[in-house]
Amino acid sequence: MGDQLLTTVDWARAQFALTAMYHWIFVPLTLGLSFLIAFFETIYVKTGNEEWKKLTRFWMTLFGINFAIGVATGIILEFQFGTNWSNYSWMVGDIFGAPLAIEGIFAFFLEATFFAVMFFGWHRVSKGFHLFSTWMVAVGSNLSAVWILVANGWMQFPTGMGFNPDKARFEMQNFWEVALSPVAVHKFTHTTSSAFLLASLFVVGISALFLLQERHQKMAKRSMVVAAVLGFIASLFVAFTGDEAAFSVAHRQPMKLAAMEGLYVGQEKAPIVAMGIINASKKPGDDLPAFYQETKIPGLLSLLANRDPSSYVPGINDLVFGNAERNIVGAEQRMVTGKIALAELARYKYAKETGDEAQAASALALFDQHKGDLGYGYLNSPAEAAPPVATTFYSFHIMVVLGTMFPLIFLAVLYFAFKGTLEYQRWLNLVCFFSIFLGYVAQEAGWVVAEVGRQPWAIQGLLPVGVASTNIAASNVQTTFFMFLTLFTALLLAEIRIMIQQIKIGPEA
Amino acid sequence: MIGNLDHATLQQLWWLIASVVGSLFLFLTFVQGGQTLIFTLASTEEEKSLIINTMGRKWELTFTTLVLFGGALFAAFPLFYATSFGGAYWVWMLILFTFIIQAVSYEYRKKPDNILGARTYEIFMAINGSVGLLLIGAALGTFFTGSRFSLNLYNSVTWQTPYHGLEAALNPFNLAFGLFLVFLARTLGAMYIVNHVAHEALAKKARKATWINLLWVLPFLLTILISLVTMDGFAVEPTSGEVFMEKGKYLNNLLAMPAVLFLLLAGLGSVIYGVAATGFLGKNNGIWFGGIGTVLVGLSIFSLAGFHNTAFYPSTSDLQSSLTIYNASSSKYTLTVMSYVALAVPVVLAYVAYVWKLMDAKKLTLAELTGEDVKEMY
Repeated sequence: MGDQLLTTVDWARAQFALTAMYHWIFVPLTLGLSFLIAFFETIYVKTGNEEWKKLTRFWMTLFGINFAIGVATGIILEFQFGTNWSNYSWMVGDIFGAPLAIEGIFAFFLEATFFAVMFFGWHRVSKGFHLFSTWMVAVGSNLSAVWILVANGWMQFPTGMGFNPDKARFEMQNFWEVALSPVAVHKFTHTTSSAFLLASLFVVGISALFLLQERHQKMAKRSMVVAAVLGFIASLFVAFTGDEAAFSVAHRQPMKLAAMEGLYVGQEKAPIVAMGIINASKKPGDDLPAFYQETKIPGLLSLLANRDPSSYVPGINDLVFGNAERNIVGAEQRMVTGKIALAELARYKYAKETGDEAQAASALALFDQHKGDLGYGYLNSPAEAAPPVATTFYSFHIMVVLGTMFPLIFLAVLYFAFKGTLEYQRWLNLVCFFSIFLGYVAQEAGWVVAEVGRQPWAIQGLLPVGVASTNIAASNVQTTFFMFLTLFTALLLAEIRIMIQQIKIGPEA
Repeated sequence: MIGNLDHATLQQLWWLIASVVGSLFLFLTFVQGGQTLIFTLASTEEEKSLIINTMGRKWELTFTTLVLFGGALFAAFPLFYATSFGGAYWVWMLILFTFIIQAVSYEYRKKPDNILGARTYEIFMAINGSVGLLLIGAALGTFFTGSRFSLNLYNSVTWQTPYHGLEAALNPFNLAFGLFLVFLARTLGAMYIVNHVAHEALAKKARKATWINLLWVLPFLLTILISLVTMDGFAVEPTSGEVFMEKGKYLNNLLAMPAVLFLLLAGLGSVIYGVAATGFLGKNNGIWFGGIGTVLVGLSIFSLAGFHNTAFYPSTSDLQSSLTIYNASSSKYTLTVMSYVALAVPVVLAYVAYVWKLMDAKKLTLAELTGEDVKEMY
């Protein structure tokens, strides 16, 4: 039974990772390109220049192709919480369902309603209303990001809620704490600015391809300048919000930060590993080296985590086994408390069921004393509290390296555009084109850091993934995993082929 | 005002809100109906393109309404979300699958190099409009026929059949419900084509299709109605919350809630008038009577299932595991917050209606499909 459940959880996690990663191929482009298109159309409406209209419609075509598959991969994510994570849906649905419903009411209808005007309204509505509709699609897409990231932020930092033992679930107690949680704010600012960055890379890259092919040069240069300006501003914002997000992780998810840097033993003046090859066989508490090779920058992790280069940053071992000297209660101790909480909850439920009010009252009192570590009670060993370190480490470093490179590309584009020699910079244009791919790599890496780094928790510290999943035979989830893998891969291939063909066709002559 | 409502009132309010969203979805399935009509109504490539482009301007609204229906149920009745989606796994997965393939089909069908070919995307649309709706209907049917599941003390669901919901489609009542939805959607789809397409030959065929499809609706509708008024239902004892089987429960509900009986009769009458107006009287506005009628019928069905001390998601294998709007709902706090959020719904409906009016002011013509905007057409 245990093995069977584990396998179900594994497949459910694989399926969620698969659908989320596919979905995130399309969403960042939608978030950013919608605004770029709105900028382009605004220039058209302001100037009346038909060239800008052609340019707008070209990027709009690519937007539409991308948008459709984003919608297709998105619907399954919402319903997957119910199908594959039904215990999660019950245990935290009272809190988690609200942002999803709000997303539907406030964001999806804006997108759905005005999308039709954007594509089919050129001759059905006024120029001004069409522009308004384009902006509404951009606003709607980004509003959708707000609410889904509020939901995701709550999974990383559960707040504004309490546990109801009668219902055996968590319930919302303060909506504003959920909606305005600092983690949600960081998630939104970092994610959307990175989406603007990706969309800018996309427009710059495709336009650079046109320059390399000596086609549509005027349109390409115009697109590149607007996108490079947005991209450069977005890059700075990504760096700033990334720093804020890391600071937040240090204080709210210290285990994730330790995994991001492969830090097993906490220390003062903790370094950042600029480059390193991690020892994947190392486990918490053993004596193996954490890295085969590494280049460190001393004090930088302390600075990132605490704004103080000499401060102490806890490592994985401290968080797993505890560190009395530093007053850190480890997962090992919290498991003991958590198991008491679970046992008292069971005693309480049984006493209520049998009408034994005295027993129920004493069980509830003990439960209340220990409920802070409830989630840890579900773990089987303290080491389970650590996420997969190698995956988290490499993803984080890939994201940071690429994120540092992108603003330089935008600056170079703007420099040569200012000099009027953009079309002659063959190497730069090649780099721009290949950076589209790198932009996607950085996007996916960012989500891997956020979600793999959160493991083993579905809800940080409260609910491990093993408890959150549906009570269903693994073969069902395995089958749907391969169904989605096949379908999404086929649709992705179709999308890429259609995109390439549309880029070949280019804007209208 | 909202802050003063008690939990039971909020639970009833949210069942009503979810019912409104669900009923609006049923109306908007005219898109799915239209998708199945491309194979039976269109005899030329032009007619096919007209149908697809007509539906293509509205498909996202239907899709979004379905997503909102799911979101509203998640937020307001999380135990239903957890129990039904996690338990009746395969029904929901297959429904979702048909909506995934629908979502790309409009955009990709006509685009060069789309790998699968236009025909495949058209088949995707037809699958969504037939299998997708059939299964949604079967899932809704279980609101009355029940499912085989049990909940433990922690409300974790265990489904008692290895088919995880697919067994619902074999129940004659559920099957009739599914087929009712499929043919109702086709009826509505044909009415919308008449309303929105400027093409004489196609409109003529669509007018005929409205009453032919209504004839197909009738046997399934009668099966549902006769079953509903004769079947035993899942009643709830209001003070203890105990669930028990009651003879003629849904007939009792209808008689105890005359407003629901009125909604049902008015809704059916409105749909029939819409079809008559389109099919025989040469009018173009039948879709509105059909649409409003569908919403009213939907509301009456959801009301029958959830109100008047009824278990809306009953379990046949463990009666006491059955879900009611009271035991499946969110906390009072969450429902209160969501009720404030729901104040935005009329605003959303207003701008959807305004844009709809604006975009549908002129009928879709063949000239539009081949004109300046040809690249954007589906």
